[in-house]
Amino acid sequence: MNPMHLTRYGRSLRTHLPRARNGDLRGNATAGASYARYDVLAKWDTPSFDDLTRSVIAARLEEVPPICFLSPDEVRLLDLVLARLLPQPERSRPIPITPWIDDMLNRNQGEGYRLDGLPPLRETWRKGLAALAAEAALTGPGGFSGMSKTEQDRLLRNVQLGEVLAEWPVPAAHFFTHVLLKTAADIYYSYPDAWSEIGFGGPASPRGYVRLGFDERDSWEAKRA
Amino acid sequence: MTAELPRARNGRAPDVFRRDGWVPMRCHADHETVDFAIVGTGAGGGTLAARLAEAGFSVVAFDAGPFWRPLDEFASDEAEQQKLYWTDDRITGGADPIALGGNNSGRGVGGSTIHFSMISLRWRPEWFKARSRLGYGFDWPISYEEVAPYYEEVEEALKVSGPVNYPWGGKRRRYPYRAHPVNAAGLVLARGAERLGIEWSSVPLATVSAPRGKSPPCVYRGFCNFGCSTNAKQSVLVAWIPRALRAGAEIRDMAMVGRITLAPNGRVRGLEFQREGSWHFQHARNVVVAGYAIETPRLLLNSACRQFPQGLANSSGLVGTHLMTHSGPGVWATFEEEVRWYKGPPNMAVTEHWNYHDEDKDFPGSYAFMSQGPLPRAWAQIVTTNRGLWGSALQQEMRKYNHMAGLVPVGETEPRPENRVELAEEEDQYGLRIPRVLFSYSDNDRRLIEHSKRTMAQFLEAAGGRDLWESKDTSHLLGGCRMGSDPATSVVNADGRSWDVPNLWICDGSLFPTCGGVNPSLTIQALACRIADRIKTLASRGEL
Repeated sequence: MNPMHLTRYGRSLRTHLPRARNGDLRGNATAGASYARYDVLAKWDTPSFDDLTRSVIAARLEEVPPICFLSPDEVRLLDLVLARLLPQPERSRPIPITPWIDDMLNRNQGEGYRLDGLPPLRETWRKGLAALAAEAALTGPGGFSGMSKTEQDRLLRNVQLGEVLAEWPVPAAHFFTHVLLKTAADIYYSYPDAWSEIGFGGPASPRGYVRLGFDERDSWEAKRA
Repeated sequence: MTAELPRARNGRAPDVFRRDGWVPMRCHADHETVDFAIVGTGAGGGTLAARLAEAGFSVVAFDAGPFWRPLDEFASDEAEQQKLYWTDDRITGGADPIALGGNNSGRGVGGSTIHFSMISLRWRPEWFKARSRLGYGFDWPISYEEVAPYYEEVEEALKVSGPVNYPWGGKRRRYPYRAHPVNAAGLVLARGAERLGIEWSSVPLATVSAPRGKSPPCVYRGFCNFGCSTNAKQSVLVAWIPRALRAGAEIRDMAMVGRITLAPNGRVRGLEFQREGSWHFQHARNVVVAGYAIETPRLLLNSACRQFPQGLANSSGLVGTHLMTHSGPGVWATFEEEVRWYKGPPNMAVTEHWNYHDEDKDFPGSYAFMSQGPLPRAWAQIVTTNRGLWGSALQQEMRKYNHMAGLVPVGETEPRPENRVELAEEEDQYGLRIPRVLFSYSDNDRRLIEHSKRTMAQFLEAAGGRDLWESKDTSHLLGGCRMGSDPATSVVNADGRSWDVPNLWICDGSLFPTCGGVNPSLTIQALACRIADRIKTLASRGEL
């Protein structure tokens, strides 16, 4: 790879990627801190980012895979569900989650193990999503997309608790927490906007950190807003 | 060149210390009979390959995964680095199914030491005689005194950075390198300990605190569980594999061993391995299985033959049984101060108090606990799967990230026959039956977990933590081919040598009769060094 190319690319990335606006969520330590003026990508050209990390993150931001595996109906449902699991109405360019789930299923590359009795990765997702759609259809004629956000949240909460009406060939609560939610959070918190949101230092090679103690911050770390 | 194609061949292997670099490697033809074919290059196999090659034996060590160059290929990114884990299909079951994959399994030269936390602690001396001295589990066929010189050898080989005086364990020399400064996440544990009057220590770590050869000192980047991009970490890939190559060992990467073959005379002839899509046969005078606690029993079970219909070297019926993990329930708290636990190695402070004090326990067994430093993706997994948070509640909770601290024990579990590795009917991409792992906690295991959660909560509260909550987890896999003094009750002897097949050996965490309350990598490496010396001795007597 050409480091110069990556450096230039980094600058261009920074100019067109909007930073998360989370100024409405400032708070104290226990309520969750706000780092509204922190953008982890601002470190792109600093010794906190090496070429490999730049290329990996650039690919994540710019080469979002096209949908190959899931059906249009599955994609629509998943998009709606993910908008409730990880809402991001404030972002002009939301973190894309469905395409990476589709990519994982297309490559058939899971985390390397599955619960005894559950079908393989693809089948678990297909059956879980179908059951979720069936669950929504039992609640109202418009299905999941016909529900208000409050109704959608109520339905998802019931699925999370395993309090379901439809036939679930994969256990509802397990599918919700250990398949759907965990995977969605994995993807969301793999994005620089999410790192900025929580004040994570992000990539740290070769520079690393110097100040390690309580309330100690290197100048290249997130500052509370 | 993609890492998923073999690199170590044609007389050269990747140089872990140079970008795009190579080092010369002695290569052996398949039909050439080598002294030792070793399956796996982690803490057991990688260490043994170096020590046997240095003793003059011809050695080929196989790994199913890639031969990484950390400087070129380890990004500062959790998602990208999932490539370090063993993610071939496995089934996990029982009443308390163990999370596998990234939780405890490595795939690649160096094994799981590529992503281990570098915690380098010795066994409590009494654990080697757990049954006769402490009244639970099984006795090991060796004593602490026999292993102690090898602990010292490994600590020196890894230049372990630790405190001048470590509070627990037998008398010992100081650690080779000075201790690392403790991060705020560790100082939370220290503050709790000091307020409660219980001893704590900085953790002896296998990442260097000062330059060591081509390894620069640790820069506290905090991605240790996702591969060290600077080579400060003294993984097997960095500390032992270069030694193995220099001494003439061949490392065969991207080579999955599928079967060990027995000759009519009752000795193994060699092994079948798949590389670049086709099966090959390597002839060997001895085969050592070092695939860790799932792949080692799986390979023996998959190598069943006419003489050993229930699995090679399994006349005892014990192969795959008595699997153990370490219980790892977490207790987490929010602090007024910024902790920023992503900085530095993830576990910088420890108390081994409950490894060495048994008086207030309502269970047999031990645990240590350490400070924690999960990165955002790993932290989100803990928050989602244990608290069930989603939506803005999840995002709000995640915003506390820089104010969180927590403690997780390495909790001993009992070795029990029903916790085991067996073969499922399903086959993997190599046509090999995949493993099913069954695990359930015993009542004693559960009492230990509850006890540890109580003491960790006391620490966090004493340190000023608020809003405590708990999580479930495990770490490490041990047992499955235990060593012992009796062929009826063990798979191998104290040298890792099969009771059934005299030129078949095991050298990894599956040897452990009990699992102790500390991370196992130092003990696995110490056992590998001891087994190498024993093999040298047996060879000199003509007893191989």
